[in-house]
Amino acid sequence: MALYSEKVMDHFRNPRNVGVIEDADGVGEVGNPVCGDIMKIYLKIDNETISDVKFETFGCGSAIASSSMATELIKGKPLSEALKLTNKAVTEALDGLPAHKLHCSVLAEEAIKAAVKDYYDKNGIAYDPKDFPDCDHCESCGV
Amino acid sequence: MNVYCDNAATTRMSKTAVEAMLPFLYDNFGNPSSLYSIGQRAKEALEAARADVATVINAKPGEIYFTSGGSEADNQAILSAAAQGEKKGKKHIISTAFEHHAVLHTLNALKKRGFEITLLDVHSDGVVTPEQVANAIREDTCLVTIMYANNEIGTIQPIKQIGEICRSKKVLFHTDAVQAAGHVPIDVEDLNVDMLSMSAHKFHGPKGTGALYARKGVILTSLINGGAQENRKRAGTENVAGIVSMAAALKEAAGQIGENGKKPISLRNRLIAGLGEIPYGELNGDADRRLPGNVSFCCEGIEGESLLLMLDDKGISASSGSACTSGSLDPSHVLLAIGRPHEVAHGSLRLTLDADTTEEEIDYVIASVKDVVSYLRNMSPLWRDLVNGKRQHVFAK
Ligand SMILES: Cc1ncc(COP(=O)(O)O)c(C=O)c1O
Repeated sequence: MALYSEKVMDHFRNPRNVGVIEDADGVGEVGNPVCGDIMKIYLKIDNETISDVKFETFGCGSAIASSSMATELIKGKPLSEALKLTNKAVTEALDGLPAHKLHCSVLAEEAIKAAVKDYYDKNGIAYDPKDFPDCDHCESCGV
Repeated sequence: MNVYCDNAATTRMSKTAVEAMLPFLYDNFGNPSSLYSIGQRAKEALEAARADVATVINAKPGEIYFTSGGSEADNQAILSAAAQGEKKGKKHIISTAFEHHAVLHTLNALKKRGFEITLLDVHSDGVVTPEQVANAIREDTCLVTIMYANNEIGTIQPIKQIGEICRSKKVLFHTDAVQAAGHVPIDVEDLNVDMLSMSAHKFHGPKGTGALYARKGVILTSLINGGAQENRKRAGTENVAGIVSMAAALKEAAGQIGENGKKPISLRNRLIAGLGEIPYGELNGDADRRLPGNVSFCCEGIEGESLLLMLDDKGISASSGSACTSGSLDPSHVLLAIGRPHEVAHGSLRLTLDADTTEEEIDYVIASVKDVVSYLRNMSPLWRDLVNGKRQHVFAK
């Protein structure tokens, strides 16, 4: 059996939405170089809807594929919907990830939330902090 | 183009090795312990293989014990020395921080049984010094075990000098020569080693076959109990086909070492020079004291697994010491042992060549690695931060 599903390999080989949005309305970055993965999500937001999204990722194949898939899943969606994106949904859309790679999909979920939070912060929009867990709650890396 | 650059992981069997094995799978299938002719023919072949392996490393046939591979040989060497040491109340073992897990995990098991383990630092060049060994030896040291050449970064250790020290201090010395055998000359007399491990699949022989050299007088503990095979030190009907094939592979590989041989030092250096052009990348380990086929690099701003997957798409098989390829959270203990910070160790690439690698293939590999590194850096937020000066580079250039 191959390490990754066809879907993962497709998103790894042809990542969707790679790049930077210079005038992004929200930017979220999670992970760190010591753990070996960093994801950065850039959002353009019009009328509380994600009109454009780009990502940059430093990480393994599944990290790149998870970011790519996550951006596809939120592009054009209202923020309220994007905030409901779970790592499980990203994993399922990729036809699964090996157990020790699941944290890549968690990073994707967190990167999106971090970008939305950044947008809320910049625009003085109120939110419930409970909806935005920080990196610390996860035990996937020992840092 | 398909280029296999992972010969440190395993090698393709040579034609010689395959042909040597075949008669013992079918015609001469007998059990070497049986007294009838087909059994005895297998026995003769087994003993001829033992003599051949012994000759290559300048040992005596009675000093060669066939095993299931390098891991078993390492385990047996260490556990044997520990058993003898324990009897005399000597429970201190010296090794290095960057041994193969077959050694490190065996030492860990001994630690739980009350042994004290000293792991010597291997410095940024990936080489221990004989002085470190001399300083570490104590009254209660029962074994020094130091690998001949490292499997990830290819650095070669001063085995002969370490052997002299151990000999003069009357401490047993084992070397894991799994990466060295068939690649650099080995003479156990000259090297002053008491035990040495090798594994056939690293020199174009079959997987699952190896040998432990144990100098006459060294008392081995049997790890596998049962029949009287291997002078009662390793029970189980011998893997005759594998052993015969290993001997043939070792003879062939050893014959190719040296100036007239076709070993790939110049190609290795070409590859090192080519990859050296990648900015903010650095060779791991000493440039000269390394195996003829080993090239190991760390590149800033990228992660090793994605590098390997992209190289695989280009037909290149390589390996990395990143956490994502090891299946653990930490990058390779070898890269950490030579002082690479985590973030750089994640971006490591090991390319290990063999005698058949061509210049064209090397040039293709250089071009492909350069392409993939710049592609991945282009999508890496870490690289962007390094370029923008938001984070500090690890390497000077
Ligand atoms: C240095 C070293 N020691 C031991 C081993 C284990 O050898 P084997 O795979 O034959 O058990 C290897 C190979 O993986 C190795 O590179």
